[in-house]
Amino acid sequence: MRLFLTILQRFAGFALVFVGVTFIIYLTVFSLPGDAVRALAGDRQLPQSVIDAINARYLLDQPLWVQYTNYLGNLLRGDLGVDLTGRSVADQLATRWPVTITLALTAWTIQLVLGLAIGIVSALKRGTVIDRGLLVVTIALSCIPVFVLGITAQIVFGVRLDWLPVAGIRDGWPVSYLLPALVIALFGLASVSRLVRGSMIDNLEADYVRTARAKGIGESRVVGLHVMRNSLIPTATFLATDLGFLLGGAVVIEGIFNLPGVGNLLFSAIRNHEATLVVGISTALIVIFLLTSLVVDALHALLDPRIRRA
Amino acid sequence: MPNATVPKTTTIPAVRARRAGAWRLLARRPLFWVAAAVLGVIVAFALAPAPFAGIFGNGDPRACDLADSSKTSAPGHPFGFDLQGCDIWAGAVYGAQSSLAVGLLATAISLTLAIVLGALAGMGGRVVDWTVSRVTEVFLGFPFLLAAIVVLNTLGVRNVLTVSVVLGVFGWPMMARLMRGSVRSVAKADYVLAARTMGLGTGRIVARYVLPNAVQPVLLLATLTVGAVIVAESTLTYLGIGLSSPAISWGLQIAAGSRVFQTSPHVLVLPSVMLALTVLTIVAIGEELRSVFDPRERR
Repeated sequence: MRLFLTILQRFAGFALVFVGVTFIIYLTVFSLPGDAVRALAGDRQLPQSVIDAINARYLLDQPLWVQYTNYLGNLLRGDLGVDLTGRSVADQLATRWPVTITLALTAWTIQLVLGLAIGIVSALKRGTVIDRGLLVVTIALSCIPVFVLGITAQIVFGVRLDWLPVAGIRDGWPVSYLLPALVIALFGLASVSRLVRGSMIDNLEADYVRTARAKGIGESRVVGLHVMRNSLIPTATFLATDLGFLLGGAVVIEGIFNLPGVGNLLFSAIRNHEATLVVGISTALIVIFLLTSLVVDALHALLDPRIRRA
Repeated sequence: MPNATVPKTTTIPAVRARRAGAWRLLARRPLFWVAAAVLGVIVAFALAPAPFAGIFGNGDPRACDLADSSKTSAPGHPFGFDLQGCDIWAGAVYGAQSSLAVGLLATAISLTLAIVLGALAGMGGRVVDWTVSRVTEVFLGFPFLLAAIVVLNTLGVRNVLTVSVVLGVFGWPMMARLMRGSVRSVAKADYVLAARTMGLGTGRIVARYVLPNAVQPVLLLATLTVGAVIVAESTLTYLGIGLSSPAISWGLQIAAGSRVFQTSPHVLVLPSVMLALTVLTIVAIGEELRSVFDPRERR
């Protein structure tokens, strides 16, 4: 019952954030200067009747809250709206999701493997040169802007060494995705490895580890079985939230590496003042982000009884 | 609680470090001095670019000759020319200004919002706390970059001021959350109770006792935020919705260079290195400050 209440509470929080976020985006897009109808026409003059027709068709002459509630109602039916040329946003996204999801999952896997390895090594060697060195390198990598890292990777591995394709997805998975995924993964690596290191150290000092050692269990078994299992709970939470950010961070990388994903579409939509398209894509990305956090919270409560009481 | 009698060994040196004076500890850290020295040079570039840009004899970033387009180094131009035939060294020196200005201005805006909202949530009643916390959650709910893209795209004017305001308005939630927690723990302290018993008003208690004691962790996070904001600004500029052309900025130089990176990669090197170095030194200083001032970080 308590578990059910916790999950219900999380769901209420989710609903609040969802409405708040979509409204903020809707508000900023429509209350700030910039005329979508005029942007559609470019340099040509549109007759007033056409402008009126477009305004009426897309409710542009209605007050903001009418537009917003209409949009939210459509959203709850799974309809992300149409752009100003009449194409469905959801349909445009549909063909592009596989690229972005593949990219995010590849990046996530690289980050998981590297983060765990670096975190475990620095926890076991804590206080040594190895620990300090790994910390400095991972933080340094997370400081360099993603686009600088991306272009550098293109020059070094794509042009000079010619190991991997410079851009595009002609070579399919995994060859075309490795370089962009690596760049995205390096960005969040410091957080993951630090988190793993921190929780490993906390657990290495715990009483149950001392007990296990006192019983004469070998070091590899102590670390591998007892410490690892308990250290993975906070790490799992972070990695799940991180997946949402990886999807968002794909905007820049998909542009640099010319991958035809959602991020790429979002960027061109922004340039063309396609407000509904921008809102649709952002909302879709945010809903995914919120849903992953919701699922993680629920799983977390199931896994760790201490959290249920909080 | 049997655990309470056995103090954790990690907390002891931290307490002692605070008494010995964290600043003295900081002075003994070489990484801090290296980072501070490099950042000092970059700040000097930003404050007085002309003498530094002129070191090699050609200090005007706008004195460009298309005949020199994308040439590599020449006498007086050790780093070569960019696509427009401008001197790369001069451009990179002048670029420090906008990056640092946006970093500091946006962080100042975020910090002010975070301190005000965090103090409100921490000291205010349940309703205020609930409202501020939910608003914070909403702002934390979407990726920062995505929001900045949407707003900057709709804004017509994009300069140092508008970019800073947009980044500042979206950058506060993390700091506000930290501030709220910090204020809450300070508000429980005995000296606050003592001040209240003496009959001081809430405003005075907050200003004289709570804020000075609660603000430190937030200031530490703010140092790191400066670095994050500079990265965000350059990313937005690279995408084409940050600073734009008459301005001189590393993001713009990298964006222009990235279009020709296969034929003349030298255009990219200096602005990229300067940008990365600036963020690295700021983050290094932030991390060093945190490891000295924040006892939980010391292991």
